[in-house]
Amino acid sequence: MQATSTLDQPEAPPAVKSRSFKRAFADVREAWDHRELWGHLGWQDIKQRYRRSVIGPLWITISMGTTALALGLLYSVLFKTEVATFLPYVTVGFIVWNFIVGCVTEGTDVFIANEGLIKHLPAPITVHVMRMVWRQVLFLVHNLVVYVVVLAIFFTSLNHEYRIAADSPLQPGLSWTMVLAIPGFVLLAVNAVWIALLFGVISTRFRDIPPVVNSFINLVFFMTPIVWDAGVLNRVTGGGDGDWRMLIAELNPVYHFVEIVRAPLLGHTVDWHHWAIAGGFTLFGWFAALVILRNYRARVSYWV
Amino acid sequence: MVSIDVWNASVDFPIFDAKSRSLKKLALGKVGGKIGSEGRVPIIEALHDITLSLNDGDRVGLVGHNGAGKSTLLRLLAGIYEPTRGQSRIVGKVAPVFDLGVGMDPEISGHENIMIRGLFLGMTRKQMEKRVDDIAEFTELGDYLQMPLRTYSTGMRVRLALGVVTSINPEILLLDEGIGAVDAAFMAKARDRLKDLVARSGLLVFANHSDEFLAEFCDTAIWMDEGHVKMHGGLREVLTAYKGFDPFERMHEHDPTPVLSGNGGD
Repeated sequence: MQATSTLDQPEAPPAVKSRSFKRAFADVREAWDHRELWGHLGWQDIKQRYRRSVIGPLWITISMGTTALALGLLYSVLFKTEVATFLPYVTVGFIVWNFIVGCVTEGTDVFIANEGLIKHLPAPITVHVMRMVWRQVLFLVHNLVVYVVVLAIFFTSLNHEYRIAADSPLQPGLSWTMVLAIPGFVLLAVNAVWIALLFGVISTRFRDIPPVVNSFINLVFFMTPIVWDAGVLNRVTGGGDGDWRMLIAELNPVYHFVEIVRAPLLGHTVDWHHWAIAGGFTLFGWFAALVILRNYRARVSYWV
Repeated sequence: MVSIDVWNASVDFPIFDAKSRSLKKLALGKVGGKIGSEGRVPIIEALHDITLSLNDGDRVGLVGHNGAGKSTLLRLLAGIYEPTRGQSRIVGKVAPVFDLGVGMDPEISGHENIMIRGLFLGMTRKQMEKRVDDIAEFTELGDYLQMPLRTYSTGMRVRLALGVVTSINPEILLLDEGIGAVDAAFMAKARDRLKDLVARSGLLVFANHSDEFLAEFCDTAIWMDEGHVKMHGGLREVLTAYKGFDPFERMHEHDPTPVLSGNGGD
Protein backbone atom coordinates (compact mmCIF):
# COMPACT_ATOMS: atom_id res chain seq x y z
CA MET A 1 0.00 0.00 0.00
CA GLN A 2 1.10 3.52 -0.70
CA ALA A 3 1.13 6.39 1.71
CA THR A 4 -2.38 7.58 2.39
CA SER A 5 -2.15 11.17 1.25
CA THR A 6 -4.54 11.92 -1.57
CA LEU A 7 -2.12 13.94 -3.57
CA ASP A 8 0.58 11.28 -3.62
CA GLN A 9 1.34 10.02 -7.06
CA PRO A 10 1.60 6.26 -7.13
CA GLU A 11 5.03 5.04 -8.07
CA ALA A 12 4.99 1.50 -9.38
CA PRO A 13 2.37 0.24 -11.81
CA PRO A 14 0.49 -2.81 -10.58
CA ALA A 15 1.48 -6.23 -11.78
CA VAL A 16 -2.11 -7.15 -12.67
CA LYS A 17 -2.53 -7.32 -16.40
CA SER A 18 -5.91 -6.85 -17.97
CA ARG A 19 -5.33 -9.44 -20.69
CA SER A 20 -4.48 -12.63 -18.91
CA PHE A 21 -5.96 -16.07 -18.54
CA LYS A 22 -6.04 -15.42 -14.83
CA ARG A 23 -8.52 -12.60 -15.38
CA ALA A 24 -10.52 -14.71 -17.82
CA PHE A 25 -10.81 -17.53 -15.30
CA ALA A 26 -11.57 -15.03 -12.56
CA ASP A 27 -14.47 -13.71 -14.63
CA VAL A 28 -16.00 -17.16 -14.94
CA ARG A 29 -15.34 -18.01 -11.31
CA GLU A 30 -16.81 -14.76 -10.01
CA ALA A 31 -19.83 -15.29 -12.21
CA TRP A 32 -20.30 -18.64 -10.52
CA ASP A 33 -20.06 -16.94 -7.13
CA HIS A 34 -22.83 -14.60 -8.27
CA ARG A 35 -25.18 -17.55 -8.89
CA GLU A 36 -27.80 -16.08 -6.62
CA LEU A 37 -27.87 -13.04 -8.90
CA TRP A 38 -28.28 -14.82 -12.23
CA GLY A 39 -30.54 -17.42 -10.67
CA HIS A 40 -32.83 -14.64 -9.58
CA LEU A 41 -32.58 -12.76 -12.87
CA GLY A 42 -33.35 -15.89 -14.88
CA TRP A 43 -36.53 -16.54 -12.90
CA GLN A 44 -37.40 -12.89 -13.20
CA ASP A 45 -37.11 -13.10 -17.00
CA ILE A 46 -39.62 -15.94 -17.16
CA LYS A 47 -42.03 -14.30 -14.76
CA GLN A 48 -41.64 -11.03 -16.63
CA ARG A 49 -42.41 -12.52 -20.01
CA TYR A 50 -45.73 -13.88 -18.84
CA ARG A 51 -46.60 -11.29 -16.23
CA ARG A 52 -49.84 -10.12 -17.77
CA SER A 53 -50.94 -13.33 -19.41
CA VAL A 54 -53.59 -15.46 -17.79
CA ILE A 55 -52.01 -18.91 -17.96
CA GLY A 56 -48.49 -17.53 -17.87
CA PRO A 57 -45.52 -19.86 -18.34
CA LEU A 58 -47.90 -22.66 -19.27
CA TRP A 59 -47.74 -21.13 -22.75
CA ILE A 60 -44.19 -22.44 -23.05
CA THR A 61 -45.49 -25.95 -22.43
CA ILE A 62 -48.51 -25.58 -24.68
CA SER A 63 -46.56 -24.34 -27.67
CA MET A 64 -44.05 -27.15 -27.28
CA GLY A 65 -46.86 -29.67 -26.94
CA THR A 66 -48.64 -28.61 -30.13
CA THR A 67 -45.43 -28.46 -32.16
CA ALA A 68 -44.27 -31.86 -30.97
CA LEU A 69 -47.67 -33.39 -31.63
CA ALA A 70 -47.96 -31.94 -35.13
CA LEU A 71 -44.38 -32.77 -36.15
CA GLY A 72 -44.57 -36.24 -34.62
CA LEU A 73 -47.77 -37.11 -36.44
CA LEU A 74 -46.67 -35.63 -39.74
CA TYR A 75 -43.26 -37.27 -39.85
CA SER A 76 -44.43 -40.65 -38.62
CA VAL A 77 -46.80 -40.65 -41.59
CA LEU A 78 -44.13 -39.42 -44.00
CA PHE A 79 -41.60 -42.01 -42.87
CA LYS A 80 -44.29 -44.68 -42.43
CA THR A 81 -43.24 -45.38 -38.85
CA GLU A 82 -45.16 -46.29 -35.71
CA VAL A 83 -46.62 -43.15 -34.08
CA ALA A 84 -46.29 -44.67 -30.61
CA THR A 85 -42.50 -44.74 -30.86
CA PHE A 86 -41.87 -41.92 -33.33
CA LEU A 87 -43.89 -39.22 -31.58
CA PRO A 88 -41.85 -39.54 -28.32
CA TYR A 89 -38.68 -39.48 -30.45
CA VAL A 90 -39.64 -36.23 -32.17
CA THR A 91 -40.85 -34.70 -28.90
CA VAL A 92 -37.62 -35.29 -26.98
CA GLY A 93 -35.48 -34.29 -29.94
CA PHE A 94 -37.41 -31.08 -30.36
CA ILE A 95 -37.23 -30.22 -26.65
CA VAL A 96 -33.44 -30.61 -26.67
CA TRP A 97 -33.18 -28.72 -29.96
CA ASN A 98 -35.22 -25.89 -28.50
CA PHE A 99 -32.72 -25.52 -25.69
CA ILE A 100 -29.79 -25.50 -28.11
CA VAL A 101 -31.33 -23.00 -30.49
CA GLY A 102 -32.34 -20.75 -27.59
CA CYS A 103 -28.82 -20.70 -26.21
CA VAL A 104 -27.21 -20.06 -29.59
CA THR A 105 -29.52 -17.32 -30.86
CA GLU A 106 -29.89 -15.54 -27.53
CA GLY A 107 -26.20 -16.12 -26.93
CA THR A 108 -25.27 -13.95 -29.88
CA ASP A 109 -27.40 -11.22 -28.40
CA VAL A 110 -26.48 -11.68 -24.76
CA PHE A 111 -24.24 -8.65 -24.24
CA ILE A 112 -26.03 -6.37 -26.69
CA ALA A 113 -29.31 -6.94 -24.87
CA ASN A 114 -27.71 -6.21 -21.49
CA GLU A 115 -26.05 -2.97 -22.53
CA GLY A 116 -27.65 -0.99 -19.70
CA LEU A 117 -26.54 -3.36 -16.98
CA ILE A 118 -23.04 -3.76 -18.39
CA LYS A 119 -22.49 0.00 -18.50
CA HIS A 120 -23.95 0.75 -15.11
CA LEU A 121 -23.07 -2.01 -12.71
CA PRO A 122 -19.67 -3.63 -12.43
CA ALA A 123 -20.05 -7.39 -12.74
CA PRO A 124 -18.25 -10.22 -14.50
CA ILE A 125 -19.58 -10.46 -18.06
CA THR A 126 -20.16 -14.19 -17.67
CA VAL A 127 -23.03 -13.32 -15.31
CA HIS A 128 -25.12 -12.25 -18.29
CA VAL A 129 -24.36 -15.52 -20.06
CA MET A 130 -25.24 -17.60 -17.01
CA ARG A 131 -28.51 -15.72 -16.67
CA MET A 132 -29.41 -16.51 -20.27
CA VAL A 133 -28.46 -20.19 -20.03
CA TRP A 134 -30.34 -20.54 -16.75
CA ARG A 135 -33.40 -19.01 -18.38
CA GLN A 136 -33.15 -21.57 -21.18
CA VAL A 137 -32.84 -24.35 -18.59
CA LEU A 138 -36.06 -23.13 -17.00
CA PHE A 139 -37.77 -23.15 -20.39
CA LEU A 140 -36.58 -26.70 -20.86
CA VAL A 141 -38.02 -27.69 -17.49
CA HIS A 142 -41.38 -26.34 -18.62
CA ASN A 143 -41.07 -28.34 -21.81
CA LEU A 144 -40.26 -31.51 -19.94
CA VAL A 145 -43.91 -31.55 -18.88
CA VAL A 146 -44.68 -32.43 -22.49
CA TYR A 147 -42.16 -35.27 -22.30
CA VAL A 148 -43.77 -36.62 -19.14
CA VAL A 149 -47.23 -36.53 -20.74
CA VAL A 150 -46.03 -38.20 -23.93
CA LEU A 151 -44.20 -40.81 -21.87
CA ALA A 152 -47.31 -41.54 -19.84
CA ILE A 153 -49.39 -42.03 -22.99
CA PHE A 154 -46.91 -44.20 -24.89
CA PHE A 155 -45.23 -45.92 -21.95
CA THR A 156 -46.44 -49.37 -22.96
CA SER A 157 -44.79 -49.02 -26.38
CA LEU A 158 -41.45 -47.89 -24.94
CA ASN A 159 -40.92 -50.06 -21.86
CA HIS A 160 -39.80 -53.13 -23.79
CA GLU A 161 -37.52 -53.73 -26.75
CA TYR A 162 -38.72 -51.84 -29.77
CA ARG A 163 -37.69 -50.49 -33.15
CA ILE A 164 -38.38 -46.94 -34.36
CA ALA A 165 -38.85 -48.27 -37.89
CA ALA A 166 -39.24 -51.79 -39.13
CA ASP A 167 -35.66 -52.01 -40.37
CA SER A 168 -33.87 -49.88 -37.77
CA PRO A 169 -31.82 -51.37 -34.92
CA LEU A 170 -33.56 -52.87 -31.92
CA GLN A 171 -33.64 -50.51 -28.92
CA PRO A 172 -33.53 -51.93 -25.38
CA GLY A 173 -36.47 -49.87 -24.11
CA LEU A 174 -36.80 -47.64 -21.05
CA SER A 175 -34.78 -48.60 -17.98
CA TRP A 176 -32.59 -47.10 -15.27
CA THR A 177 -30.30 -45.78 -18.03
CA MET A 178 -32.70 -42.84 -18.15
CA VAL A 179 -30.59 -41.13 -15.48
CA LEU A 180 -27.77 -40.82 -18.03
CA ALA A 181 -29.77 -37.97 -19.51
CA ILE A 182 -28.79 -35.88 -16.50
CA PRO A 183 -25.00 -35.85 -17.06
CA GLY A 184 -25.77 -35.54 -20.75
CA PHE A 185 -27.77 -32.41 -20.17
CA VAL A 186 -25.18 -30.98 -17.78
CA LEU A 187 -22.55 -31.39 -20.51
CA LEU A 188 -24.89 -29.68 -22.98
CA ALA A 189 -25.45 -26.75 -20.60
CA VAL A 190 -21.69 -26.40 -20.00
CA ASN A 191 -21.32 -26.11 -23.76
CA ALA A 192 -24.12 -23.57 -23.96
CA VAL A 193 -22.08 -21.29 -21.69
CA TRP A 194 -18.99 -21.23 -23.88
CA ILE A 195 -21.05 -20.90 -27.05
CA ALA A 196 -22.82 -17.85 -25.66
CA LEU A 197 -19.55 -16.36 -24.39
CA LEU A 198 -17.79 -16.84 -27.69
CA PHE A 199 -20.62 -15.80 -29.98
CA GLY A 200 -21.71 -13.07 -27.57
CA VAL A 201 -18.34 -11.32 -27.57
CA ILE A 202 -17.86 -11.66 -31.33
CA SER A 203 -21.41 -10.47 -32.06
CA THR A 204 -20.96 -7.45 -29.85
CA ARG A 205 -18.06 -6.39 -32.02
CA PHE A 206 -19.44 -7.52 -35.38
CA ARG A 207 -23.16 -6.94 -35.55
CA ASP A 208 -23.54 -9.08 -38.66
CA ILE A 209 -23.05 -12.26 -36.71
CA PRO A 210 -26.51 -12.51 -35.06
CA PRO A 211 -28.44 -12.44 -38.38
CA VAL A 212 -25.97 -14.89 -39.92
CA VAL A 213 -26.39 -17.28 -37.01
CA ASN A 214 -30.16 -16.87 -37.05
CA SER A 215 -30.47 -17.84 -40.67
CA PHE A 216 -27.92 -20.63 -40.45
CA ILE A 217 -29.52 -22.27 -37.45
CA ASN A 218 -32.64 -23.26 -39.41
CA LEU A 219 -30.49 -25.20 -41.81
CA VAL A 220 -28.87 -26.98 -38.88
CA PHE A 221 -32.31 -28.03 -37.68
CA PHE A 222 -33.08 -29.82 -40.91
CA MET A 223 -29.61 -31.37 -41.09
CA THR A 224 -29.85 -32.77 -37.57
CA PRO A 225 -31.70 -36.04 -36.95
CA ILE A 226 -34.59 -34.60 -34.95
CA VAL A 227 -37.69 -35.07 -37.08
CA TRP A 228 -35.92 -37.91 -38.88
CA ASP A 229 -33.99 -40.84 -37.52
CA ALA A 230 -30.26 -41.06 -38.30
CA GLY A 231 -30.78 -44.66 -39.42
CA VAL A 232 -32.79 -43.41 -42.37
CA LEU A 233 -29.53 -42.30 -43.98
CA ASN A 234 -28.61 -45.94 -44.43
CA ARG A 235 -32.03 -47.14 -45.34
CA VAL A 236 -32.64 -44.89 -48.33
CA THR A 237 -29.97 -46.74 -50.27
CA GLY A 238 -30.70 -50.12 -48.76
CA GLY A 239 -27.68 -50.16 -46.44
CA GLY A 240 -24.31 -51.59 -47.35
CA ASP A 241 -22.42 -48.88 -49.17
CA GLY A 242 -24.62 -46.18 -47.62
CA ASP A 243 -22.16 -45.65 -44.76
CA TRP A 244 -20.76 -42.39 -46.07
CA ARG A 245 -24.23 -40.89 -45.76
CA MET A 246 -23.98 -41.27 -42.02
CA LEU A 247 -21.37 -38.53 -42.16
CA ILE A 248 -24.21 -36.04 -42.71
CA ALA A 249 -25.21 -36.72 -39.13
CA GLU A 250 -21.84 -37.66 -37.68
CA LEU A 251 -20.09 -34.48 -38.76
CA ASN A 252 -22.76 -32.38 -37.11
CA PRO A 253 -21.81 -31.70 -33.46
CA VAL A 254 -25.42 -30.87 -32.63
CA TYR A 255 -26.38 -34.46 -33.40
CA HIS A 256 -24.05 -35.82 -30.72
CA PHE A 257 -25.35 -33.43 -28.10
CA VAL A 258 -28.94 -34.21 -28.94
CA GLU A 259 -28.16 -37.90 -28.78
CA ILE A 260 -26.51 -37.93 -25.33
CA VAL A 261 -29.66 -36.40 -23.86
CA ARG A 262 -32.29 -37.99 -26.07
CA ALA A 263 -31.17 -41.61 -26.19
CA PRO A 264 -31.48 -42.34 -22.46
CA LEU A 265 -34.83 -40.55 -22.24
CA LEU A 266 -36.27 -42.86 -24.90
CA GLY A 267 -34.58 -46.05 -23.81
CA HIS A 268 -32.28 -46.11 -26.82
CA THR A 269 -28.79 -47.56 -26.73
CA VAL A 270 -26.36 -44.85 -25.69
CA ASP A 271 -23.53 -44.96 -28.13
CA TRP A 272 -20.35 -43.93 -26.30
CA HIS A 273 -18.81 -42.28 -29.28
CA HIS A 274 -21.40 -39.51 -28.90
CA TRP A 275 -20.05 -38.84 -25.43
CA ALA A 276 -16.47 -38.83 -26.65
CA ILE A 277 -17.20 -36.36 -29.44
CA ALA A 278 -19.30 -34.12 -27.19
CA GLY A 279 -16.54 -34.16 -24.57
CA GLY A 280 -13.88 -33.23 -27.09
CA PHE A 281 -16.06 -30.48 -28.43
CA THR A 282 -16.48 -29.14 -24.88
CA LEU A 283 -12.73 -28.91 -24.32
CA PHE A 284 -12.10 -27.32 -27.69
CA GLY A 285 -14.96 -24.84 -27.24
CA TRP A 286 -14.01 -23.76 -23.75
CA PHE A 287 -10.45 -23.24 -24.86
CA ALA A 288 -11.61 -20.98 -27.71
CA ALA A 289 -14.00 -19.13 -25.42
CA LEU A 290 -11.30 -18.55 -22.80
CA VAL A 291 -8.93 -17.18 -25.42
CA ILE A 292 -11.61 -14.76 -26.58
CA LEU A 293 -12.46 -13.93 -22.99
CA ARG A 294 -8.81 -13.30 -22.20
CA ASN A 295 -8.35 -10.92 -25.11
CA TYR A 296 -11.68 -9.16 -25.36
CA ARG A 297 -13.42 -9.45 -21.97
CA ALA A 298 -12.52 -5.88 -21.08
CA ARG A 299 -13.58 -4.61 -24.51
CA VAL A 300 -17.19 -5.71 -24.22
CA SER A 301 -18.22 -2.69 -22.16
CA TYR A 302 -16.66 -0.46 -24.84
CA TRP A 303 -18.38 -2.24 -27.71
CA VAL A 304 -21.94 -2.58 -26.46
CA MET B 1 -7.96 -1.34 3.04
CA VAL B 2 -9.87 0.48 0.37
CA SER B 3 -8.07 2.13 -2.50
CA ILE B 4 -8.29 3.03 -6.15
CA ASP B 5 -5.08 3.47 -8.08
CA VAL B 6 -4.95 4.50 -11.69
CA TRP B 7 -1.73 4.76 -13.64
CA ASN B 8 -1.52 6.69 -16.93
CA ALA B 9 -4.91 5.33 -17.87
CA SER B 10 -6.66 6.28 -21.08
CA VAL B 11 -10.15 5.37 -22.18
CA ASP B 12 -10.69 5.41 -25.94
CA PHE B 13 -14.03 4.58 -27.43
CA PRO B 14 -14.02 3.13 -30.89
CA ILE B 15 -17.00 4.50 -32.80
CA PHE B 16 -18.19 1.88 -35.20
CA ASP B 17 -20.65 3.14 -37.73
CA ALA B 18 -22.79 0.57 -39.45
CA LYS B 19 -20.21 -0.03 -42.15
CA SER B 20 -16.98 -0.33 -40.27
CA ARG B 21 -18.66 -2.59 -37.75
CA SER B 22 -19.30 -5.30 -40.30
CA LEU B 23 -17.08 -8.22 -41.09
CA LYS B 24 -17.31 -7.41 -44.77
CA LYS B 25 -15.27 -4.32 -44.47
CA LEU B 26 -12.62 -6.04 -42.38
CA ALA B 27 -12.39 -8.86 -44.89
CA LEU B 28 -12.26 -6.59 -47.91
CA GLY B 29 -9.74 -4.40 -46.18
CA LYS B 30 -7.44 -7.38 -45.92
CA VAL B 31 -7.92 -8.35 -49.52
CA GLY B 32 -6.96 -4.87 -50.53
CA GLY B 33 -3.66 -5.28 -48.77
CA LYS B 34 -4.25 -2.88 -45.90
CA ILE B 35 -4.78 -4.74 -42.70
CA GLY B 36 -5.12 -2.20 -39.90
CA SER B 37 -8.84 -1.79 -40.32
CA GLU B 38 -8.88 -0.73 -36.66
CA GLY B 39 -7.10 2.42 -37.76
CA ARG B 40 -10.10 3.44 -39.82
CA VAL B 41 -12.42 3.25 -36.86
CA PRO B 42 -12.74 6.74 -35.43
CA ILE B 43 -11.82 6.92 -31.78
CA ILE B 44 -13.04 9.22 -29.07
CA GLU B 45 -10.47 9.78 -26.41
CA ALA B 46 -12.77 10.13 -23.43
CA LEU B 47 -10.01 10.03 -20.85
CA HIS B 48 -6.38 10.75 -21.44
CA ASP B 49 -3.45 9.84 -19.24
CA ILE B 50 -5.19 9.79 -15.90
CA THR B 51 -3.05 9.11 -12.85
CA LEU B 52 -4.85 9.03 -9.54
CA SER B 53 -4.47 7.48 -6.15
CA LEU B 54 -7.48 7.51 -3.87
CA ASN B 55 -7.44 5.97 -0.45
CA ASP B 56 -9.51 5.24 2.58
CA GLY B 57 -11.24 8.35 3.89
CA ASP B 58 -11.02 10.33 0.67
CA ARG B 59 -14.11 12.28 -0.24
CA VAL B 60 -13.61 13.61 -3.70
CA GLY B 61 -15.81 15.99 -5.63
CA LEU B 62 -15.70 15.76 -9.39
CA VAL B 63 -16.26 18.96 -11.35
CA GLY B 64 -15.99 19.88 -15.00
CA HIS B 65 -18.06 20.92 -17.98
CA ASN B 66 -20.46 18.59 -19.73
CA GLY B 67 -18.49 16.08 -21.73
CA ALA B 68 -15.33 16.63 -19.74
CA GLY B 69 -15.18 12.95 -18.85
CA LYS B 70 -16.68 12.93 -15.36
CA SER B 71 -19.05 10.03 -15.96
CA THR B 72 -16.42 8.07 -17.87
CA LEU B 73 -13.96 8.60 -15.04
CA LEU B 74 -16.54 7.31 -12.56
CA ARG B 75 -16.99 4.20 -14.71
CA LEU B 76 -13.25 3.73 -14.88
CA LEU B 77 -13.10 3.98 -11.09
CA ALA B 78 -15.97 1.49 -10.82
CA GLY B 79 -14.08 -1.02 -12.95
CA ILE B 80 -16.74 -1.00 -15.66
CA TYR B 81 -14.23 0.28 -18.19
CA GLU B 82 -10.77 -1.14 -17.96
CA PRO B 83 -8.28 1.39 -19.34
CA THR B 84 -7.35 0.91 -22.99
CA ARG B 85 -3.83 2.06 -22.11
CA GLY B 86 -2.31 2.26 -18.67
CA GLN B 87 -3.52 0.36 -15.66
CA SER B 88 -5.96 0.52 -12.81
CA ARG B 89 -6.43 -1.32 -9.57
CA ILE B 90 -9.55 -1.15 -7.45
CA VAL B 91 -9.58 -2.66 -3.99
CA GLY B 92 -12.92 -2.65 -2.19
CA LYS B 93 -16.61 -3.20 -2.73
CA VAL B 94 -17.86 -0.66 -5.27
CA ALA B 95 -21.37 0.76 -5.31
CA PRO B 96 -22.09 3.08 -8.22
CA VAL B 97 -25.13 5.27 -8.70
CA PHE B 98 -24.97 6.47 -12.31
CA ASP B 99 -27.63 7.58 -14.79
CA LEU B 100 -30.81 6.44 -13.25
CA GLY B 101 -33.32 4.77 -15.42
CA VAL B 102 -30.62 2.83 -17.22
CA GLY B 103 -29.56 -0.29 -15.45
CA MET B 104 -32.96 -0.67 -13.89
CA ASP B 105 -35.69 -2.71 -15.49
CA PRO B 106 -38.75 -0.48 -16.01
CA GLU B 107 -41.17 -3.38 -16.27
CA ILE B 108 -40.55 -4.95 -12.89
CA SER B 109 -41.54 -3.59 -9.51
CA GLY B 110 -39.46 -1.29 -7.38
CA HIS B 111 -39.16 -4.07 -4.86
CA GLU B 112 -37.65 -6.41 -7.45
CA ASN B 113 -35.32 -3.69 -8.65
CA ILE B 114 -34.04 -3.22 -5.10
CA MET B 115 -33.34 -6.94 -4.94
CA ILE B 116 -31.55 -7.04 -8.29
CA ARG B 117 -29.41 -3.99 -7.60
CA GLY B 118 -28.46 -5.42 -4.24
CA LEU B 119 -27.50 -8.75 -5.78
CA PHE B 120 -25.44 -6.97 -8.43
CA LEU B 121 -23.61 -5.10 -5.70
CA GLY B 122 -22.59 -8.36 -4.11
CA MET B 123 -25.31 -8.91 -1.51
CA THR B 124 -27.14 -12.19 -1.01
CA ARG B 125 -30.89 -12.57 -1.28
CA LYS B 126 -31.26 -13.05 2.45
CA GLN B 127 -29.27 -9.95 3.24
CA MET B 128 -31.40 -7.94 0.84
CA GLU B 129 -34.68 -9.29 2.18
CA LYS B 130 -33.68 -8.05 5.62
CA ARG B 131 -32.97 -4.61 4.22
CA VAL B 132 -36.03 -4.18 2.05
CA ASP B 133 -38.21 -2.81 4.84
CA ASP B 134 -35.50 -0.41 5.85
CA ILE B 135 -35.16 0.78 2.25
CA ALA B 136 -38.92 1.10 1.88
CA GLU B 137 -39.05 3.25 4.97
CA PHE B 138 -36.08 5.38 3.99
CA THR B 139 -37.26 6.00 0.44
CA GLU B 140 -40.84 6.70 1.63
CA LEU B 141 -42.06 4.88 -1.45
CA GLY B 142 -44.32 2.60 0.58
CA ASP B 143 -46.83 0.71 -1.53
CA TYR B 144 -45.28 2.19 -4.65
CA LEU B 145 -42.59 -0.45 -4.37
CA GLN B 146 -45.11 -2.98 -5.72
CA MET B 147 -45.63 -0.88 -8.86
CA PRO B 148 -43.53 -1.35 -12.00
CA LEU B 149 -40.61 1.02 -12.17
CA ARG B 150 -41.89 2.71 -15.35
CA THR B 151 -44.53 4.45 -13.22
CA TYR B 152 -41.80 6.14 -11.16
CA SER B 153 -40.64 9.70 -11.56
CA THR B 154 -36.91 10.42 -11.88
CA GLY B 155 -36.78 11.57 -8.28
CA MET B 156 -38.39 8.34 -7.12
CA ARG B 157 -35.81 6.31 -9.00
CA VAL B 158 -33.04 8.29 -7.38
CA ARG B 159 -34.58 7.58 -4.01
CA LEU B 160 -34.64 3.90 -4.78
CA ALA B 161 -31.03 3.80 -5.96
CA LEU B 162 -29.83 5.84 -2.99
CA GLY B 163 -31.85 3.65 -0.67
CA VAL B 164 -30.09 0.57 -1.96
CA VAL B 165 -26.53 1.89 -1.88
CA THR B 166 -26.87 3.51 1.51
CA SER B 167 -28.23 0.31 3.03
CA ILE B 168 -25.50 -2.06 1.93
CA ASN B 169 -22.33 -0.57 3.42
CA PRO B 170 -20.28 -0.22 0.27
CA GLU B 171 -16.60 0.58 0.64
CA ILE B 172 -16.38 2.74 -2.45
CA LEU B 173 -19.34 4.93 -3.28
CA LEU B 174 -19.47 6.55 -6.73
CA LEU B 175 -22.24 9.06 -7.35
CA ASP B 176 -22.99 10.71 -10.65
CA GLU B 177 -24.75 14.03 -10.90
CA GLY B 178 -28.17 12.46 -11.50
CA ILE B 179 -28.87 12.32 -7.81
CA GLY B 180 -29.67 16.04 -7.83
CA ALA B 181 -33.18 15.09 -8.99
CA VAL B 182 -34.58 14.46 -5.55
CA ASP B 183 -36.46 17.10 -3.61
CA ALA B 184 -34.82 19.09 -0.84
CA ALA B 185 -36.62 17.34 1.99
CA PHE B 186 -35.43 13.94 0.85
CA MET B 187 -31.94 15.24 0.16
CA ALA B 188 -31.70 16.48 3.72
CA LYS B 189 -32.59 13.02 4.89
CA ALA B 190 -30.27 11.29 2.45
CA ARG B 191 -27.48 13.65 3.43
CA ASP B 192 -27.34 12.32 6.96
CA ARG B 193 -27.24 8.76 5.72
CA LEU B 194 -24.66 9.51 3.08
CA LYS B 195 -22.48 11.38 5.56
CA ASP B 196 -22.74 8.51 7.94
CA LEU B 197 -21.96 6.08 5.14
CA VAL B 198 -18.97 8.05 3.92
CA ALA B 199 -17.63 8.29 7.46
CA ARG B 200 -17.94 4.52 7.84
CA SER B 201 -16.95 3.35 4.43
CA GLY B 202 -14.02 5.19 3.27
CA LEU B 203 -14.15 6.34 -0.27
CA LEU B 204 -16.57 8.67 -2.03
CA VAL B 205 -16.34 10.15 -5.49
CA PHE B 206 -19.17 12.51 -6.24
CA ALA B 207 -19.78 14.31 -9.53
CA ASN B 208 -21.95 17.36 -9.10
CA HIS B 209 -22.48 20.90 -10.27
CA SER B 210 -23.84 22.15 -7.00
CA ASP B 211 -21.35 23.86 -4.69
CA GLU B 212 -23.58 23.13 -1.72
CA PHE B 213 -23.58 19.40 -2.34
CA LEU B 214 -19.85 19.37 -2.88
CA ALA B 215 -19.20 21.43 0.23
CA GLU B 216 -21.42 19.10 2.18
CA PHE B 217 -19.78 15.82 1.24
CA CYS B 218 -16.32 16.40 -0.10
CA ASP B 219 -13.03 17.77 1.11
CA THR B 220 -10.95 17.35 -2.02
CA ALA B 221 -11.85 17.77 -5.67
CA ILE B 222 -10.81 16.79 -9.15
CA TRP B 223 -11.40 19.15 -12.03
CA MET B 224 -11.82 17.29 -15.27
CA ASP B 225 -11.32 19.05 -18.55
CA GLU B 226 -11.37 17.42 -21.98
CA GLY B 227 -10.50 14.03 -20.55
CA HIS B 228 -7.59 15.26 -18.48
CA VAL B 229 -7.28 15.82 -14.78
CA LYS B 230 -6.79 19.58 -14.89
CA MET B 231 -6.48 19.99 -11.16
CA HIS B 232 -6.57 17.76 -8.12
CA GLY B 233 -6.46 19.29 -4.67
CA GLY B 234 -8.43 20.80 -1.82
CA LEU B 235 -12.10 21.38 -2.60
CA ARG B 236 -12.02 25.12 -2.13
CA GLU B 237 -8.91 25.60 -4.20
CA VAL B 238 -10.20 23.54 -7.08
CA LEU B 239 -13.65 25.14 -7.06
CA THR B 240 -12.11 28.58 -6.98
CA ALA B 241 -9.92 27.77 -9.96
CA TYR B 242 -12.78 26.11 -11.82
CA LYS B 243 -15.36 28.81 -11.25
CA GLY B 244 -13.05 31.78 -11.25
CA PHE B 245 -14.27 32.92 -7.82
CA ASP B 246 -14.46 31.45 -4.37
CA PRO B 247 -17.89 29.88 -4.10
CA PHE B 248 -17.60 29.31 -0.35
CA GLU B 249 -17.25 32.99 0.38
CA ARG B 250 -20.41 33.74 -1.53
CA MET B 251 -22.22 30.90 0.12
CA HIS B 252 -21.48 32.29 3.50
CA GLU B 253 -22.23 35.89 2.57
CA HIS B 254 -25.70 35.27 1.21
CA ASP B 255 -26.81 32.30 3.16
CA PRO B 256 -25.09 31.32 6.33
CA THR B 257 -26.44 27.79 6.28
CA PRO B 258 -26.23 25.69 3.13
CA VAL B 259 -29.38 26.07 1.09
CA LEU B 260 -30.54 22.51 1.27
CA SER B 261 -30.41 22.02 4.96
CA GLY B 262 -32.36 25.28 5.20
CA ASN B 263 -35.19 23.63 3.28
CA GLY B 264 -34.67 20.40 5.06
CA GLY B 265 -37.56 20.75 7.38
CA ASP B 266 -36.63 19.87 10.94
